[in-house]
Amino acid sequence: MKRRSKSPVVHLPELDGVLPRYTREESQLIPLLQEIQDTLGYISPEAMQVTARHLNVPESSVYGVVTFYSQFYLTRQGRHKVKVCQGTACHVRGAVEIIRAVSARLGIKPGETTEDFEFSVERVACFGSCALAPVVVIDEKVYGNVTPEMAVRMLDELV
Amino acid sequence: MSAELTFTIDGVSVTAQKGETVLSAARSAGIYIPHLCFSEGLKPYGACRMCIVEIDGRRGMPTSCSTLAEEGMVVRSDVDSVNRVRRTICEMLIADHPLVCLSCSANMNCGLQTVAAFLGIKGSRLRRMIRKPIVDDSNPFYTRDLSKCILCGRCTRSCHELRGIGAIEIAGRGFESRIAVPGDQPISESTCVSCGECVDRCPVNALWAKNETVPPMDTVRTTCPYCGCGCGLELGTRGGRIVRIRGDRNAPANHGSLCVKGRFGLDYVAAPDRLSTPLIKRNGVFEEATWEEALALVADRLSAIKEQHGPDALAGFSSAKCTNEENYVFQKLFRAGVRTNNVDHCARLCHSSTVAGLARAFGSGAMTNPQAEFEHADCIFVTGSNTTEAHPITAISIIKAVVEHGATLIVADPRRIDLVRYATLHIRQRSGTDVALFNAMINVIISEGLCDETFVKERTEGFEDVRTCVEECTPEWAEPITGIPADKIREAARLYAKAECGSIAYSMGITQHTTGTDNVLALANLAMVTGNIGRASTGVNPLRGQNNVQGACDLGALPNKYPGYQDVSDPEIRATFEAAWGVPLSPDNGLTVTEIVGAAGSGTVRGLYVMGENPMLSDPNLNHVEHALKNLEFLCVQDIFMTETAELADVVLPAASAAEKDGTVTNTDRRVQRVRTAVPKPGVARDDWAILCEVATRIGYPMSYTSPSEILDEIASVSPIYAGISFDRIEEEGLQWPCPDKNHPGTPFLHEGEFKRGKGKFHATPFRVAAEEPDEEYPLLLTTGRYLYHWHTRTMTSRSKGLEAICPPTPIEVHPEDAARLGVEDGQRVTVASRRGTIEADAWVTDRSPPGTVFMTFHFHEGAANKLTIDAVDPIAKIPEFKVCAVKLGKAPAPQENDRA
Repeated sequence: MKRRSKSPVVHLPELDGVLPRYTREESQLIPLLQEIQDTLGYISPEAMQVTARHLNVPESSVYGVVTFYSQFYLTRQGRHKVKVCQGTACHVRGAVEIIRAVSARLGIKPGETTEDFEFSVERVACFGSCALAPVVVIDEKVYGNVTPEMAVRMLDELV
Repeated sequence: MSAELTFTIDGVSVTAQKGETVLSAARSAGIYIPHLCFSEGLKPYGACRMCIVEIDGRRGMPTSCSTLAEEGMVVRSDVDSVNRVRRTICEMLIADHPLVCLSCSANMNCGLQTVAAFLGIKGSRLRRMIRKPIVDDSNPFYTRDLSKCILCGRCTRSCHELRGIGAIEIAGRGFESRIAVPGDQPISESTCVSCGECVDRCPVNALWAKNETVPPMDTVRTTCPYCGCGCGLELGTRGGRIVRIRGDRNAPANHGSLCVKGRFGLDYVAAPDRLSTPLIKRNGVFEEATWEEALALVADRLSAIKEQHGPDALAGFSSAKCTNEENYVFQKLFRAGVRTNNVDHCARLCHSSTVAGLARAFGSGAMTNPQAEFEHADCIFVTGSNTTEAHPITAISIIKAVVEHGATLIVADPRRIDLVRYATLHIRQRSGTDVALFNAMINVIISEGLCDETFVKERTEGFEDVRTCVEECTPEWAEPITGIPADKIREAARLYAKAECGSIAYSMGITQHTTGTDNVLALANLAMVTGNIGRASTGVNPLRGQNNVQGACDLGALPNKYPGYQDVSDPEIRATFEAAWGVPLSPDNGLTVTEIVGAAGSGTVRGLYVMGENPMLSDPNLNHVEHALKNLEFLCVQDIFMTETAELADVVLPAASAAEKDGTVTNTDRRVQRVRTAVPKPGVARDDWAILCEVATRIGYPMSYTSPSEILDEIASVSPIYAGISFDRIEEEGLQWPCPDKNHPGTPFLHEGEFKRGKGKFHATPFRVAAEEPDEEYPLLLTTGRYLYHWHTRTMTSRSKGLEAICPPTPIEVHPEDAARLGVEDGQRVTVASRRGTIEADAWVTDRSPPGTVFMTFHFHEGAANKLTIDAVDPIAKIPEFKVCAVKLGKAPAPQENDRA
């Protein structure tokens, strides 16, 4: 028999300050997950259990929402998030080269995180800043008219 | 609701009820509108877009499954404009659906094939996007292949909406969308309870049952042989075997839903070790015998004991697993044939305190309201019932009440049972302190003026006794006794008392105590003081255990009652039965199950006839039971398997299982329902009633019936509550007793306007402690119960490989605090000892049970919990205290090297 509640009360001390600020209603699911991700950097399996228990929804519902939205990460992310735009305008103006350069510099593919959890790289469909193409966003800061060399230099400054 | 309206679909005039959808009305009218995500009983979803239609005056193409029918609406379905869109959608589905129809178990019975055929699809213009087969074989009962899945969501919705489990959900997005359990683990790692609702509803067999290998030739409607829910079953058969099991969507108790035991646990019917021939023990070894030899021996031995020691030296255990007709014949055999009232059955061990308590308070010992009415209660108070595991289908109504209708659920249970997830309030009384809790709740209700004074004044008597009794029972008084904070007791009392329709559900957590009758009386007090009885969706509702425990009680398999709860000690009633059965009857109440075991031990009862019961595992203090049964001069066991009890018998008679006989059973709703023959009996096994008639005839009381129908007619003639019930009336749907005449429609809920006994009677129930409390030597409290995957002593469920695989021998639940103190780790082997015996079990460290309390089920022969339990009984009902005894835990000695060899 599957012992459904073998570790029934998962406790994540990091979330002690977060959970009480959300009412125990299903409608709180997405805002709560967003804040959990801000706190932990990603949504861990334990965080999903805690969320399910707090909102009294099945864990599968939480998993469904977390996997549906690309904003939620299921794995631990790097301290710096590098997002390279792959929208049509950026693509035309050389985004592929930027991704290549960034990947080569960090030794990881898009969607991966460096072993020291310093950097994560991901492709983003469009930032809506096509006039600045190609665009790279590092830790919420937008850089326009980026060249591969610039991108590597920006990373070097962060190392 | 019932207002009718008329509209047209493709020019055909269709009628619908107000509030009915277009699709539903079309289906009733026999008009096919293609659909995939629609499934009866689930909320409209509108995802597959296959049931789109055009409606005059509306834009676009709304889905007919989610559009309400309106008067005069003009709907077009089977027209080119609509079918063109449907075809495109269908082609997209087919583009990533593997075309392996020839080898697919859904072939010719596939939702997607049906839709494609209707639309005339010959191929797909789209590039095929084929997924690899993604087969998950981890569940013992069903397999899933996600590559066949069309994401209609019937499985996820039935899991969430209908069952409240929510093991699976659609995860991901776009082409990555899939049915998943958290972390994309195998299904066996999820919270799935294997009810199979999803398997039943999957339109394309992306989920399929492992036990379905060939399609059935015939289908037989019958009633599930497991618990008291009384679910309708459809058994598909071929070549004398059951090859398919489905829930009956028209059955009132389950509307097609089943639990894991009903859907996947009927393997026992065809088990190779079924008893198929009579057996006689000679020199300690069973030898096969003819019916002639076996019946002659049984009759000789029974007659000899009766002649030498009088009829009261014989006793019989009837069976809550057998039909009404068989129970009637059994008690008639003992009362009229043997001339003793020593006849009882296992209800003594589950709900005898209910029968005693509710009969005293209301005049009738059955569930006052049917299970389905929980759905419309405002407040449900569940206590001492692990409903999702012991009565899984009843739990659906309770969960629906909370999830769909916003009802308040109070769970009063020491263990954190699964139903707690839906509870507004969970209070954890210490086992054995229920009366203190209920008295305190009544104290709050009276002191805060929440009492229904009109009801108390007009409908009841004896209220002053209770008022005086609970005067001192403040929540603060109850707090140290029950371990529940006083304010939580207040909250529970207020929630229940303020509800318009408050309903109480309870089960063996209430009855199996030395204070069992008091527990029941206190609940009756609680219902009466708040006026929560005698109306729909209210009442005091004991959830009965066995499929026919209600019927076995109704038909007089009780030492003090004739069929229909008529007193043995009443001379007038006795006279009517003497007239009906044509012999003088014993005026003395007989012995109960627990008393018969005692009398067997001391030698007063010398011969015992057991039909379909297994006291060697089900009764308390097993070492004592074994001694008593071995002390008997003669033991006859009539069963379908060689049980632990049958092993001790002198003669074993092979009987028919529930799938092999006709008859009726009465579920917990008091609903008398049909059981029908689906497959032939093994070997020379016979129907229980036929065997009993042979025995009766041979001991000098000739009995013969041509069919169970004839027996039911005789029952109707002697038992007023069954007077209007006959086979022809319950052919389609069962009737709920009391049903006093042939035109009576049956009685959904009891005590409307007047209690059965006239006025409802309050009984003062002062708090008493359990028979054996933990002390220094035995510091832990042991409470026992059941799991979802097994049935009682596992005579039936152990024959199902799947059930055995999913639920191996039961662990003992130990709270982390206790485990830490004892140095016991999760999964470690421990010894559990009480004053009566010692067993071994694996520890499961969990906070399901509270600190100081350990929990075990009584299902298993290996590590039988009833070797530990105490045989102290309730003074009125004689029910043993299975729920409280004192034990100590220790680490099991490590097995010696040579033991392992």
